[in-house]
Amino acid sequence: MKLRWIGLGALLVLGLIAPFFVYPVFLMKALCFALFACAFNLLLGYTGLLSFGHAAFFGTAGYVTGYAVKVLGVSPGLGILAGTLSAVVLGFIFGNLVIRRQGIYFAMITLALAQLMYFVFLESSFTGGEDGIQGIPRGRLLWVINLEDDRKLYYVVFAIFLFGFLLIRRTIHSPFGQVLKAIRENEPRALSLGYDVNKYKTLAFILSAGLAGLAGSTKAIVFTFVTLTDADWHTSGDVVLMTLLGGMGTVFGPIVGAFSIVTLQNQLADKVGSFVTVIMGGMFIVCVLVFRRGIIGELGALYHRVIGDRQF
Amino acid sequence: MIEAAPRRRGAALFQPDHHMRGIFGIPTAALFGQLVLGLVNGCFYAMLSLGLSIIFGMLNIINFAHGAMYMMGAVFTWIALAQFGIGYWWSLLLVPLVIGIFGIIIERTLLRPLYKLDNLYGLLLTFGLALVIEGLFRYRYGVSGLPYSIPESFQGALNLGFMFLPKYRAWVVVASLLVCISTWLVIERTPIGAYLRAGTENSQLVQAFGINVPAMITITYGVGVGLAGLAGVLAAPATQISPLMGSNLIIVVFAVVVIGGMSSILGSIVTGLGLGLIEGMTKVFYSQASDTVVFFIMAVVLLVRPAGLFGKER
Repeated sequence: MKLRWIGLGALLVLGLIAPFFVYPVFLMKALCFALFACAFNLLLGYTGLLSFGHAAFFGTAGYVTGYAVKVLGVSPGLGILAGTLSAVVLGFIFGNLVIRRQGIYFAMITLALAQLMYFVFLESSFTGGEDGIQGIPRGRLLWVINLEDDRKLYYVVFAIFLFGFLLIRRTIHSPFGQVLKAIRENEPRALSLGYDVNKYKTLAFILSAGLAGLAGSTKAIVFTFVTLTDADWHTSGDVVLMTLLGGMGTVFGPIVGAFSIVTLQNQLADKVGSFVTVIMGGMFIVCVLVFRRGIIGELGALYHRVIGDRQF
Repeated sequence: MIEAAPRRRGAALFQPDHHMRGIFGIPTAALFGQLVLGLVNGCFYAMLSLGLSIIFGMLNIINFAHGAMYMMGAVFTWIALAQFGIGYWWSLLLVPLVIGIFGIIIERTLLRPLYKLDNLYGLLLTFGLALVIEGLFRYRYGVSGLPYSIPESFQGALNLGFMFLPKYRAWVVVASLLVCISTWLVIERTPIGAYLRAGTENSQLVQAFGINVPAMITITYGVGVGLAGLAGVLAAPATQISPLMGSNLIIVVFAVVVIGGMSSILGSIVTGLGLGLIEGMTKVFYSQASDTVVFFIMAVVLLVRPAGLFGKER
């Protein structure tokens, strides 16, 4: 119990002082991916559903935000809202489709549906095809906060991240979240207890999709562009790795994982070029074989062994 | 996937004949040409989904690296010719063997520790494996297509009267149908196949009868992956060989597997061929949708028949 609050406090303090020490754009990128990974973890870590197509929500929301802000000229706040809503709608559609099949098919169906969206974006005219949507104006939030200033934008992004993170945390610790965990542990049993398992799964899917969309929309404003990369299956893979590395089914794991992977990609991109895919793949293999609990999971286990506080 | 291939030396592709009467305003030659292309694609879908199904049946793992194995098959075929002077026919025999052995090593070292875990981990590990293989080949050979010419005996085209059928495409269809049917026969009509089917149903019971199930699992993975390698060799002269050729294909094959269901061998063959044909037709009548049509069909099948066309709910 105590540890949970210490973790949250540390996150808050770190988040507030970070831009004075680290390049804000990098931080914003990492925060967007951290929110993305947290949203993904709600499904994989707490419901036991492996979605291999979460980039569809991330990318769709980015495109909708980019189009709304750049072409329709709405304010960035409304743009992010529109993007998030589009991800919710898409999550509703995909969720209702994917729920019809059991088990391992979940991953394949989400991957295929995400690839469908990828090709739709590739062919559509509003997305700019291979070029993507470039030069999205950051503008002003609520007519006062000038988002062109990296540091001001950073605090807005941090607030968005905190909102998403606290929502997920609240969900996990709510009765709804307990049912999700029950489904993860033993689905037939949850069903026999009278829970409408499919409804719970679909709701978790929609919530996760919406928050992934919030992350994608925010990223579109931060970088002022959206490209096909955001909807690519590699991005879906990245978010799986972030969650796996940080520790799936832990509250802070996806954040740690996202920061590690984004840092790694930034550091390695200019040194090894395309070899970075090999390193990411290798990390997948190592994580699955010997490091299944992830960074936070291992730390938690260590804490258990040394101090034995069962409340962690 | 095989695009309307760039014209190769010596390979007469279908030539639209403008004097010929068309169907719905589309020249018959072009229509049949696309249908043949679709059928060729369908053969690859069938071979790959067949391998995926066999592996899933025995290992309970979705082999994400299947596309990477297919790509390795094609690139090895190119390497064999370019660096060792080994021709197409020897590659057809040797490359699937090499890929199969590679698969066996992978199964023994990486997959074996995962059988007692949730089958999500198998998917994640093979996904990582696919990234590593694809990344390494991309690092070494770049992303541009490697050239491989059609073997002597299959150059040119057959004149069927209503269209020109490139000989190599005909060969791909015949060869992969032969492979698919013989795999089906082995599984359904031989003692080895019976063990395999029994192992899929209940491996512990089969082991209790004194059959070496771990060895069977290893061989199953080797054969499944070898099939992907064979598909790669067949694809080498017909498409652009590139390290990226496997990853896009495997996602379509996943959709094929979802549509057909993995419990029926014959079902995955029929579904693969059928979807290839539909894709070919889409290319003729509404080409923008040709990349997405399989995924749309998957969504419709999920709505109408959630267990898949040939699947049974379990």
